[in-house]
Amino acid sequence: MADRDAPPRWDRKMQQRLARGEAAALGELYDRFSSLVHALAHRVLNDEQAADSITREVFAHVWEDPEAYDPRQGPLRSWIATLTHRLAVQRLRQTETAALARGGGGSTEELERKVRRASVAARADYIVTAMPAPLRAALDLAYVQRRDYRQAAADLDVTEDEARRRLRLGLQLLATAHDSGPSGTPPEHGGGR
Amino acid sequence: MNDADHFGEHGGDEKDDVHDALGEQAESEEGYRGPVGAQGNGPPGRDGGDSQDGGDDGGDFGNGPQGPGNAKEPRNGQAPDGPPRIPMPRSSVEDTGLPLPDPPPAPLLLEHRVLKSLLGAWALAACSPEETAAVEEHLGICGACADEALRLREAVGLLHKPESLDLDPTLRTRVLEGCLARRPPRIPVPEWAAPYDAEAARLDALLQDFGDAEWHAPVRLHWFEGDKPTNRRTTVAKVIAHLLAVDGLVAVALGLDDPLGDIAARAQTPAGRTEAFWHAAHFPHTRSVRGPWREQSHDLVRTVSFAAGGSGQLSVPYGDFELPLRDAMLDRAFECWMHAWDIAEAVDYPYEPPAPRQLHRVIDLGARMLPGALAARRQAGLAGPGRARHLVPAGAPGRSLRLEIEGSGGGEWLIPLDSPGALPSADHEVAHVALDGVEFCRLAAGHVSPEEAAAGQKGDREAIRDVLFAAASMSRM
Repeated sequence: MADRDAPPRWDRKMQQRLARGEAAALGELYDRFSSLVHALAHRVLNDEQAADSITREVFAHVWEDPEAYDPRQGPLRSWIATLTHRLAVQRLRQTETAALARGGGGSTEELERKVRRASVAARADYIVTAMPAPLRAALDLAYVQRRDYRQAAADLDVTEDEARRRLRLGLQLLATAHDSGPSGTPPEHGGGR
Repeated sequence: MNDADHFGEHGGDEKDDVHDALGEQAESEEGYRGPVGAQGNGPPGRDGGDSQDGGDDGGDFGNGPQGPGNAKEPRNGQAPDGPPRIPMPRSSVEDTGLPLPDPPPAPLLLEHRVLKSLLGAWALAACSPEETAAVEEHLGICGACADEALRLREAVGLLHKPESLDLDPTLRTRVLEGCLARRPPRIPVPEWAAPYDAEAARLDALLQDFGDAEWHAPVRLHWFEGDKPTNRRTTVAKVIAHLLAVDGLVAVALGLDDPLGDIAARAQTPAGRTEAFWHAAHFPHTRSVRGPWREQSHDLVRTVSFAAGGSGQLSVPYGDFELPLRDAMLDRAFECWMHAWDIAEAVDYPYEPPAPRQLHRVIDLGARMLPGALAARRQAGLAGPGRARHLVPAGAPGRSLRLEIEGSGGGEWLIPLDSPGALPSADHEVAHVALDGVEFCRLAAGHVSPEEAAAGQKGDREAIRDVLFAAASMSRM
């Protein structure tokens, strides 16, 4: 999507406009990031209403405190993804803990595993959307369209070497989804409320 | 902050530095974890290529009997030192008279570099059976590659087919209203621009997942010329180009760039600009019109927000008529909705009417424009002769028709019949028309003919006919 290639200038201007209290900027922010936010929240929580609710929280958070985003720290897109991820994982932990307390069965270990799994899945989704387009296209051909790497090379008009390289790099990037620590624990960055 | 929890942006340019950043796997064979992808954990079989069929017996494919494939591997027990591992010779199959087994696929001799480069394709089950066999053979003896293979195979488990998660279109309004209640905006979007903002967002969401087939899907536009229905065959992309060109009238009035640039239109009317824009395209319009259209629609909302105070006086020329800015924005919202509907029908998607509050404003614009449309029909000689047709002095009460719009977003409007300047008057009501809000909009868009519009009618039939035809006459390409 074109969104990913938005220059940092867009991020800075957006932050200024939000800080200025421009309602139109909030609408543009929503139009650009709502599908990302909602999809990530849905990946963690697997529930439409809960994902809607996290979406509301994320945009309210950005609108109420646009200064919390520091453009020098990276793109607005990844900041918003991080915020969404944290709020969604927090919500999952809360609802699962409450279910556990009500005696819904399961153990703390199972809860942790579930939270961890949801968190990795959401990170992986984000990595796919954020990875360089040529890698994403190669993975899509091999995984979704079930082309082998030679067919993928022909489809992409690159050498077979290059097709192999892209598939491997794409998966290497994706594998980093497993690398983060247990997610949703330290909410100090950006301040979820 | 917890760095590990931060979603970084990966790459930007796709080079080996992505690779480097990940750290090349150590080449050491220490840390060997045994073969990855042992039986039952293999890659999902690709049609025609059973990846497990590498000529192995049992899970020990790192050291099988036909296991050359890497120069470092001892062959068939012929290790330089130690006792021979070959069991006692048994009778050859050739001597038994039994049919010979199919020869195993010729093992591939691949360099380490190549085997490593195949790991991604292998994990995705996207290489040939011979390559799969060679890789799996190699994994049995190369710990570094086995580690990476395991990691990549796990990564494949994180992939999933794209799901089309349609966002609830009403969520946008709910989210934005929630935000604005928590922190009131210093520069709000004017109420009369809210329908345009919402409709453009809804249309954009509809377009989001369109592929080439949808962008070039045929769309038939319908409208009325005089009292005659007419239509025009276009494509989805050309409809968006049409919206871009006509929204451009508002952009120009606000001092923004004209999306037509240097393209000279025969007339600065919606149709004139659209034809010129379509005609000037060197290639058929494609999905690439979406970006400029959306950017302009965002710019319009933004600009009218800043200009809201003084923009009541601004008017937008449409060529042969003008609309005050606030009505022009409602008109554009209406067009955006109607054309989104055209597009949705063309690609067989459902499309809902606007939210009641937005719909009401759009209907109100139509009702307010009816007296002018009636006058234009009279001037064109299209209105019937009429009884007691007398010009009512401006500001004086005159014959009126009660327009009752049912459904959410509806209401009642009194339409002065004899002059746009006359005061509508309940005492002079001569007819009563009731119809559904969406039906009224379809009528005003020329999507349904006045004869066919499902309208409850009471009173002066000629007045009713005039009003229904006047509504249809407001439609345009």
